[in-house]
Amino acid sequence: METEISAYLRSDGRKGIRNHLLVVYLVECAKHVADEISRQYRERGVQLVGFSGCFPNEYSKKMLRELCTHPNVGGVLMVSLGCEGFDRGFLKSAIEKSGRPVELFGIQSTGGTRKTIEAGCRWVENTLSIMDDVERVTMTTEELVVGTICGGSDGTSGITANPAIGHSFDRLVKEGASVIFEETGELIGCEQILAERATHPELGGALVACVEKAARYYDTLGHGSFAPGNADGGLTTIEEKSMGAYAKSGGSQISGILKPGDRPQKGGLYLLDVVPDGEVRFGFPNINDNAEIAELIACGSHMILFATGRGSVVGSVISPVIKVCGNSETYRHMKDDMDINAGRILDGDDNLEEVGEEIFAKVISVAQGEQTASESLGHQEFVLTYKSFTPLGPSCFPR
Amino acid sequence: MDAVREQVLVRLHRDDNIACLPCSVGEGSLVRFEEESWKLDSSRGPGFKIAIRAISKGEKILKFGVSIGSATVDIGAGEVVHLHNLKSDYIATYTLEEGAKYGN
Repeated sequence: METEISAYLRSDGRKGIRNHLLVVYLVECAKHVADEISRQYRERGVQLVGFSGCFPNEYSKKMLRELCTHPNVGGVLMVSLGCEGFDRGFLKSAIEKSGRPVELFGIQSTGGTRKTIEAGCRWVENTLSIMDDVERVTMTTEELVVGTICGGSDGTSGITANPAIGHSFDRLVKEGASVIFEETGELIGCEQILAERATHPELGGALVACVEKAARYYDTLGHGSFAPGNADGGLTTIEEKSMGAYAKSGGSQISGILKPGDRPQKGGLYLLDVVPDGEVRFGFPNINDNAEIAELIACGSHMILFATGRGSVVGSVISPVIKVCGNSETYRHMKDDMDINAGRILDGDDNLEEVGEEIFAKVISVAQGEQTASESLGHQEFVLTYKSFTPLGPSCFPR
Repeated sequence: MDAVREQVLVRLHRDDNIACLPCSVGEGSLVRFEEESWKLDSSRGPGFKIAIRAISKGEKILKFGVSIGSATVDIGAGEVVHLHNLKSDYIATYTLEEGAKYGN
């Protein structure tokens, strides 16, 4: 297998596997204008992200900073209405500091919808031609960051797709890559076995605390991370779903914990703690799968491995999403949306290791530029809500 | 779906008291685990759980070798194990009563 990756080199030294230009709205009121600009350049890799809220929030600021300076992003157009609370100066200077081309248009100061769309399109047109010339360099597997999530889970996800992804994670960790799993609300009941896998005892304690926090949070909200479709697909309880979700992490030692927007400090397996700190506020930790995908990407994930048994179709902006399907029935029924059929394990045609190796090979070919099913179908979902976090404690870092 | 051929259930851990369907199985079809086989009382999709021995009310249901909740009634070997006879020991499971039918 040819494992050499030709990456896009950014001015800050980070290496990307895609070359997207982002149009970012800083409040819902600016979304239409931003959308009108970005959709005209969709075929050239221009994508839309943003934050709907008018109230300021440290989490959303950090998220947009990390997304706008992500290695797969080569330039950013910010679109503001003019009166929203988002700290546009902070975001603009962070992007400038990263060396990426950036511009900020205010709809009120530019003179309304039409004038801002025109000005925005001119800037995008120019910047795309600059981005075409970005330097290409060699990237090794060691430099990859890969996140994983499961969605639309059923009784097969946890026995085929998730453990097969776990196998590919073990392989990536062996190669020196950084891999991230999350959904602490779906690790409820698994906290002790998680802790035993920590590289140092303090980290074990921190892992247990993460899951206990999630259990408290969901308990207060009175609703676990469990959708009606999970039950239609044969899953009965949250602890059953948890055990299946847990299998995505593979068998490697856990090196550290991240919070949304923290980057792995070195290669290894990380748990992304997605549940807010402090008292319960702003509602459910993650309102849907894409809220979690956005967080994995803000941690630097070049791509996402997505396990599904019921058949989720989502993709994402910025980083490609690889769909690993849990059973052959869904795979055949929704083939256009799937990249890998882990259902072959239940059919008795292949074993976990073989499918795990196929996922690993797919990671490399997608890094080399191959389009995933969700990319080719144009999926570019994105969600960003309010949250609040305290910074990581010293026990969360790798030693 | 094959009504004649027995489908062999997949047990994930030797301690488990349930095993999983490998594919969709129609009502009345035979499913087998080791030496025993049972007639399925309703059509179910891949991944659904079948009791492979009698389970008493209050007993833990074991999958992957760990508890995934408690039996709410006595369950006979060969019965489907799902929302009607298993509940979480953590957070109650939310389901829709009768989902609206989709058009095609």
